[in-house]
Amino acid sequence: MAELRATTPCAGLLPLRAGAMWLEEVDPGRITSLMPGPGQAGALDAALHAAHGVGWPDPGTAHLGDGAAVIWTGMDQAMLVGPAPEPALAEAAALTDQSDAWAVVDLSGEDGPEALARLVPVDLRAHVFAEGATARTLLGHMSVSITRTGPERLRIMAFRSMAGTLVHELQTAMERVAARRGLETGAPDG
Amino acid sequence: MRLRCPLCGERDRREFSYKGAAVALDRPATEDWSAEWDDYLHNRANPAGETRDLWQHAAGCGAWLVVTRDTVTHAVTEVALARDAARGKGAA
Repeated sequence: MAELRATTPCAGLLPLRAGAMWLEEVDPGRITSLMPGPGQAGALDAALHAAHGVGWPDPGTAHLGDGAAVIWTGMDQAMLVGPAPEPALAEAAALTDQSDAWAVVDLSGEDGPEALARLVPVDLRAHVFAEGATARTLLGHMSVSITRTGPERLRIMAFRSMAGTLVHELQTAMERVAARRGLETGAPDG
Repeated sequence: MRLRCPLCGERDRREFSYKGAAVALDRPATEDWSAEWDDYLHNRANPAGETRDLWQHAAGCGAWLVVTRDTVTHAVTEVALARDAARGKGAA
């Protein structure tokens, strides 16, 4: 009988580095979509605070707690990332397990927004897109969720089936930004 | 072209997909065939001036939007959630 081994979406592709940028795969734990019923956002906010210590986010924001994060991902929708959801949340919202549906990577280094500027039609520089900001947008032709989780760290979530394309697009942009930095400073790139 | 999504802020046109005239929000109340149904399904104005369209922020928050814009000046004067526009009419 075949022995099956679980692999992560970006297995064999990451980590990689170009210049002063690093791209690493992240194990997000459980990912659960939360969609509150009509008028239930307040109740869901209370249930989230009680169960996971984070609240229901406004559009374009993410609550990054110690063990759990809630990342806004669309109209009346957010993802609970980290823990398994408390069953009580289901009283205020529709919950869907999406743990295996997403490839999650962290792009770090101060040139990260510079690389993403070649792919994403949203300004992701830290003074515009601060820690806790999140956006649903395009990376190339792909739908992604991008969240700033640190001063020089952006978390990118893409559909798992697109993991290879995600890494390829990011690697190309990162290498070209690094090459340009090398020309500017006269230092060897990579 | 950029549209100011009420949820996401100002975004590039490539994130949106176009549906057509916002007439689609005005479904006639009666099920019997009438001139109203003709207008709802088939008849469209082609104004040189203000027009109301339905767009979806498909590569963003997923919301349906009612965009008021001018076909002569290309000015976009209002972007509202279609949900709010429909509720404003008492449709929901």
